[in-house]
Amino acid sequence: MRHLRQLEDQSVYILREAYKHFGNLAMLWSMGKDSTVLLWLARKAFFGHVPFPLLHVDTSYKIPAMIEYRDRLAREWRLNLVVGQNKEALAAGMNHTMGRVVCCTALKTNGLKQLLENKGYTGVILGVRADEEGTRAKERYFSPRDKHGDWDFRDQPPELWDQYKTTFPPGTHIRIHPLLDWTEINIWEYIKLENIPFIDLYLDKGNGTRYRSLGCAPCTSPIKSTAKTVDDIIEELRHTTVAERSGRAQDEGRGMELLRKDGYM
Amino acid sequence: MTTSDTKPFENLNIVIVGHVDHGKSTLLGRLYADTGSLPDGKLEKVQAICKQQGKEFEYAFLFDAFLEEQEQGITIDTARTFFMWKGRQYIIIDAPGHKEFLKNMISGAARAEAALLLIDALEGVKEQSKKHGYLLSLLGVRQFAVVVNKMDLVGYRQDVFDGIEKEYREFLGQFKAVPSQFIPVSAKLGDNIANRSGRMSWYSGSTVLETLGAFNKETARSEQPLRLPVQDVYKFDARRIITGRITAGRLKVGDHLVFSPSNKRANIRTVEAFNIEPQPTEGQAGQSIGVTLDEQIFVERGEIASHQEHLPLVSTAVRANLFWLGKRPLEKGRKYLLRVATKEVDCEVASIHRIIDTMDLAQQQGSTTINKNQVAELTLRTKTPVAFDLSSSFEATGRFVLVDEYDIAGGGIITELVHDDQEFLREEARRRDFAWVKGEVTVEDRAQQYGHRAAVVLITGGRHTGKSFLARKLEGRLVADGRHAYLLDGENLRRGLDADLSEEERGQTTEMARRYGEVARLLTDTGLIVVSTTNPFGLAHHEASQAIRTLVHPAPVIAVHMSKTEEELPPNTDVALTGPTDFDAATARIIDELKRRGVLARAIGAKPIFQYSI
Repeated sequence: MRHLRQLEDQSVYILREAYKHFGNLAMLWSMGKDSTVLLWLARKAFFGHVPFPLLHVDTSYKIPAMIEYRDRLAREWRLNLVVGQNKEALAAGMNHTMGRVVCCTALKTNGLKQLLENKGYTGVILGVRADEEGTRAKERYFSPRDKHGDWDFRDQPPELWDQYKTTFPPGTHIRIHPLLDWTEINIWEYIKLENIPFIDLYLDKGNGTRYRSLGCAPCTSPIKSTAKTVDDIIEELRHTTVAERSGRAQDEGRGMELLRKDGYM
Repeated sequence: MTTSDTKPFENLNIVIVGHVDHGKSTLLGRLYADTGSLPDGKLEKVQAICKQQGKEFEYAFLFDAFLEEQEQGITIDTARTFFMWKGRQYIIIDAPGHKEFLKNMISGAARAEAALLLIDALEGVKEQSKKHGYLLSLLGVRQFAVVVNKMDLVGYRQDVFDGIEKEYREFLGQFKAVPSQFIPVSAKLGDNIANRSGRMSWYSGSTVLETLGAFNKETARSEQPLRLPVQDVYKFDARRIITGRITAGRLKVGDHLVFSPSNKRANIRTVEAFNIEPQPTEGQAGQSIGVTLDEQIFVERGEIASHQEHLPLVSTAVRANLFWLGKRPLEKGRKYLLRVATKEVDCEVASIHRIIDTMDLAQQQGSTTINKNQVAELTLRTKTPVAFDLSSSFEATGRFVLVDEYDIAGGGIITELVHDDQEFLREEARRRDFAWVKGEVTVEDRAQQYGHRAAVVLITGGRHTGKSFLARKLEGRLVADGRHAYLLDGENLRRGLDADLSEEERGQTTEMARRYGEVARLLTDTGLIVVSTTNPFGLAHHEASQAIRTLVHPAPVIAVHMSKTEEELPPNTDVALTGPTDFDAATARIIDELKRRGVLARAIGAKPIFQYSI
């Protein structure tokens, strides 16, 4: 438990730094386990309050249970929820059959960029973790994005001790990653410790499968698992050597590198 | 992979540094393989590929292949990989050797709790071995072991190992760094990595994994005196919560806290937390906490809370060791933003004492710039007083970064307090504040009542520039606007308070400024905006305004400088008025500055809008 409190202290510190330095700040919430833990940490950091809007980039292809869960928590926790959608692309019929990277770029990356541009957010908090996949292992806690939202991962500014990059030229913004040091197991341990409500799609409901990572319905598939409780999940993860995002189609090939360089979360 | 059914997990951040070809990938490949941290079939797969290509299998391929899979080919920047061993999760911060290597190595090491430094037994101690050893020390990574790799290539000879150990220990000794262990290994053949080598019976120390296991999570900081740098002040609901991360020591409900450099004091009423039952009553080093106080004092981000018996240092100048990573060189005389813990303040590089060659620690003097990747000793001067510690006694409050334009461009540790000319007055102010007898009405009550905070507007400039006229105009405008302002002319002090002084005594600027400063401090304590010129101080006005600043601190001093033609501005000028003065416009500019500094503001919002706390 001590290691979870240490992770929590670090994340809370980062969230408070973000709130202090960014006048126009928002947090991305996909309703998945990571960004929900992040949301919970914000309530920790701000003593039960969430003093910035939560953004959901809705691709319209999310699993319906996720939307119900989103709206319930938004009500119960008095959240300022902002939903963005790339309506143009959807009107033009964008879907995953046009290519996964193409679809993710249009509905998620561009959907996000439109939302950021319209609202002029200068700081965006995201729940990415270093152990999820390779490009995320390269991230800084405070990671600058240029005018086009692109990420120059080859020349990142230094990040020393608890001093983060909080100044940036006009027109650019900073992505803030308070969960960078957390692992998938830590997330579930923390959900258990704090009793955080999560979507039951992560649990096996009797058919021997569960979701390990949640995304759009067409591009996310469940894994074989009989984990019916959070304890079961933690026990399963301690022994698995299968990658967390193996059920996420966008990760195939160099998908994530291409997506993230262009500003994907 | 080891499960942790009996022992709770903990994380330990490890960085592996050393010369480019001294075998980092091989060591990591071996660690991952020997701890069973690789995905199923990975080892066999890479072995098969090597066989197929007629290459000898190497653990470096294994690690690179593992990385490639994880990273999809981008081997840039600081990456993190994880492995589990005996109930602890090791986070390996890897900084591959590319052109921005040092920047990334430093970013990685600054995050690390322990380090392994690799030296090739065949090549011996190289420049990077020294540079990295020195930087680890500068970055505060005190826990580290030296791994002497490729022992197989030197026939596992003890004399080679002993020679490297002796040479490197001597080098490290020059800056008092002491490694926990020197370990002779062959990462390639697995000697002394997870398993004890049968080929070096002369070595009885621990293996690499045993050494990692013996690294401690740092806990000793809780036993130090309290340091809580204020991160922010929240008022989302009825509670006014001071937040921050305790960087040293511990605190509990009822403790008397002193905030430096403002010298504000109050007792801890509660420790606040969300979803923790029962509500905590104490906190210790490492925790990000929130406390409420028994008194409505206004403190701002950047102040350091401590107990009264162990105060941090306060000055406007420090001597420091710094490494520079900026795109453009650091220059003497240029201005940078200094960040110490949560304090951010403008500073100037007052002098560069020497540049340190990390190869032999030789010194180069007389330089006025510090280039990228160089290490130097320098003195920094800040615009306003900063609370800090020496890095030899407190880690987190004894280190800093410098921001150049938008980027963090350098970092370092504070080695000495540099005495400035305000030291005695600052001490006087501290003693006076600690013993001050207060009424029931708080500064905050007055601010709410008046609709503004206290401040001093100090108008400087040459003769006949209109200083007195502007001061009168400003006072009139403020009062007409419903503010509580007062023109405090130094002349009036001479005729009353100083009437019993001799002519000679009245000629001492220091004493006259001190008296003025203490009167101004009384008036700001009543919540007034004090308006003045520096006329009575004549040519010594700069010295006098410094003394006034020190004595009225933390009430802000707005320095207005008037001149008929362009001239060099005195340091810390906030509003510069050059040429023929439009007094209405000048008054408006000063009022804007008062607004910007949070003096003229009506409400205390959820987000602290006051830059200055009084």
